[in-house]
Amino acid sequence: MTEEIIIAGFGGQGVLSMGKIMAYSGVMQDMEVSWMPSYGPEMRGGTANVTVILSSERISSPIIRQFDTAIILNQQSLDKFENSLKPGGMLIYDGNGISRHPERRDINVYRVDATEEAGRMKSPRTFNMIVLGAYLKIKPLIKIENVIEGLKKSLPERYHNLIPLNEKALNRGMEIITRISL
Amino acid sequence: MERELRLMKGNEAVAEAAIRAGADGYFGYPITPQSEILEYLMEANPYQTTGMVVLQAESEVAAINMVYGGAACGKKVLTTSSSPGISLMQEGISYIAGAELPCLVVNVVRGGPGLGTIQPAQSDYFQAVKGGGHGDYHLIVLAPSSVQEMADFVGLGFDLAFKYRNPVMILSDGAIGQMMEKVWLSPYRERSKTVPDWATTGKLPSRQRNIITSLELNPERQEEFNRKLINKYNEIKEKEVRYEEFQCEDAEYLFVAYGTSARVCQKSVQIARNEGLKAGLLRPVTLFPFPSERIGTLSGRAKIILSVEMSSGQMLEDVLLSVNGEVPVYHFGRMGGIVTTPEEVVDFLKLKIMGG
Amino acid sequence: MAETTGIKDYIKPENLVYKKTGIMTDNILHYCPGCGHSTMHRIIAEIIDEEGLQSEAIGVSPVGCSVFLYHYIDIDWQEAAHGRAPALATAIKRLCPDKFVFTYQGDGDLAAIGTSETIHSCNRGENFLIVFINNGIYGMTGGQMAPTTLPGMKSTTSPYGRDTRQMGFPLKITDIVATLPGTYYVTRQSVHTPANVRKTKRALRKAVQYQKLNKGTCFVEIVSNCPSGWRMTPVEANKWLEENMLPYYPLGDLKTPSEETSQKTNNPE
Repeated sequence: MTEEIIIAGFGGQGVLSMGKIMAYSGVMQDMEVSWMPSYGPEMRGGTANVTVILSSERISSPIIRQFDTAIILNQQSLDKFENSLKPGGMLIYDGNGISRHPERRDINVYRVDATEEAGRMKSPRTFNMIVLGAYLKIKPLIKIENVIEGLKKSLPERYHNLIPLNEKALNRGMEIITRISL
Repeated sequence: MERELRLMKGNEAVAEAAIRAGADGYFGYPITPQSEILEYLMEANPYQTTGMVVLQAESEVAAINMVYGGAACGKKVLTTSSSPGISLMQEGISYIAGAELPCLVVNVVRGGPGLGTIQPAQSDYFQAVKGGGHGDYHLIVLAPSSVQEMADFVGLGFDLAFKYRNPVMILSDGAIGQMMEKVWLSPYRERSKTVPDWATTGKLPSRQRNIITSLELNPERQEEFNRKLINKYNEIKEKEVRYEEFQCEDAEYLFVAYGTSARVCQKSVQIARNEGLKAGLLRPVTLFPFPSERIGTLSGRAKIILSVEMSSGQMLEDVLLSVNGEVPVYHFGRMGGIVTTPEEVVDFLKLKIMGG
Repeated sequence: MAETTGIKDYIKPENLVYKKTGIMTDNILHYCPGCGHSTMHRIIAEIIDEEGLQSEAIGVSPVGCSVFLYHYIDIDWQEAAHGRAPALATAIKRLCPDKFVFTYQGDGDLAAIGTSETIHSCNRGENFLIVFINNGIYGMTGGQMAPTTLPGMKSTTSPYGRDTRQMGFPLKITDIVATLPGTYYVTRQSVHTPANVRKTKRALRKAVQYQKLNKGTCFVEIVSNCPSGWRMTPVEANKWLEENMLPYYPLGDLKTPSEETSQKTNNPE
């Protein structure tokens, strides 16, 4: 099993930390993992993306151009990465602010309106966990309890009281993801 | 003590491994993409636990000279930087090599020349393996291709540095520095309590005074010293060559790549093999000493050899010397901070097979 | 053969009024006649000897005329790249906090190419002694202009005299480091008369004590001469020093513990 994922969006959306939690969870399930961020000025407010690879085998290249899954959180990232999906791959996107929607017919497209949902839950910071929950609904490669463990590892202790809220967000994401037929 | 499993960035792994290797001192200056090393050490504050000194220097020039001062006291010291900062350190590295001091220098390479880019590159190969500063000298150069090796080569680097009284460089790049992977951390090694007999720690009545210098105005004696260095480098070439092979047994198409490019090429080998091309990868782990002999042997079976590196073709020259004209050797690689993709490598190989 | 009176007849303990310090080696000093370096070397050797510091001392020699300082004083030495002695000393003292650490640097080394290391080690309050020899010229390379060369003073690279509009003004780096909170004791002395030699020795002895107490950087400037570079006899050079150097670089303490800001050193403890 090898799952090659790109997560892309704005800096501040929790792109890198979502990837980190996936990687932590993978480690707990004895998988090989790699987490390769875009870094530099891009980290500071512009677009951010991270490549996460989860595999049962030793990972060769941590830097790839073709992905099994693209988690897309803004228009620029959709424009940039839609064509980087392998045929049959999975694209998950948040519809917020999207004017040109996915067009490829040889991939599976899902929509999760996480921005809207996070607003409804009055906790914008759980946005990325809603997205992650949506992903896990379709590809349950990692277990929710390991994601919670991963959260504990990546969150400073003073935020551990927020973990139940994040768990709720994960579940919410699983509920609201919808398949888009093109 | 057991080894410990962590998910870490390459940069963080270097910092943690330095504490665990029993380092006495770290001196560094911030520069992207390796500032996490200094940040990690400052946060870990190892002075409170192991007694390791961590200091932010006023420049890379000062940092490498602090390394000189600490190394000359027989201490296990290191510095880290990225390409422009490593250029500033070259004077100091030359003095350290000339004074035969052990130390560790980590270069998390970014693209150049000049200020260049902050993205990963392998364009400092010549600087690392051919000397870098003035005068006839070599560093021992280790090229990690994973976060695990970023950690492992800190301890190995110190051991080699002290064994040969020679500076060791870990030649990494921005991709490995910034990437997170699983890493098994070694148990803590105690900081050494013994002082090498050449170190300057105060002249005791029982011994002659120790002088650490690279100055010798007598040409005959300086030449004698140069010969001593050559002998040392020859011994290193004989004993310390390290490399790794992937599917080289029957390889007709041989990739030679180190660091991040070697990771990319592992995938290229898989892609090429799926298409029926017998590809293999030789990954030099030491860049000085270079695995020339092994590449020479493997070239006997090869139809084409590709030196894949994120530069304009620097390691290419060492591959050419190893192959000695027996097989066609080409260079392929992206520059400017762009990491070569596995598919690009295979496409280039196919082009060359067709005589392009 | 008839017995004649030779030099050996005079070398008797009862005739000795002046002798080599035990810590000076037998190597013959390479300095020009009348050069202040020779005097300073002896003073430092005496201090180390008298304070019983031979097994504690780690010296850092510079690039400049005193590059071979390590040939003359029988202690452990590190030879630094040009200007970098304070960086070496920083690491030495932090890694070996019980040792007596000092640098010995000329004006080109300390106040031109090594300005950054000088300022920052003083600013961090590194707990070592800097001995700064200021003779207003690059001696070793043959008499070029230094950062401390006086206005109008001739050198091989200011053959018509230092034109301050073109070449800038002499840098009073000692005054600068005295303003930094990291320095504990900053003084300017000379060694061109026996009385000044005694004052210099007292200053160095204080610096040794302060280092033992972990007080921060001690900085001792010695206004010195360069008979060869200045194209003068030793006697003329010392007269010129008094008439020209001392008005610009007046002797005395610039910062003493009584008026210090009691800034603690940043050394990890």
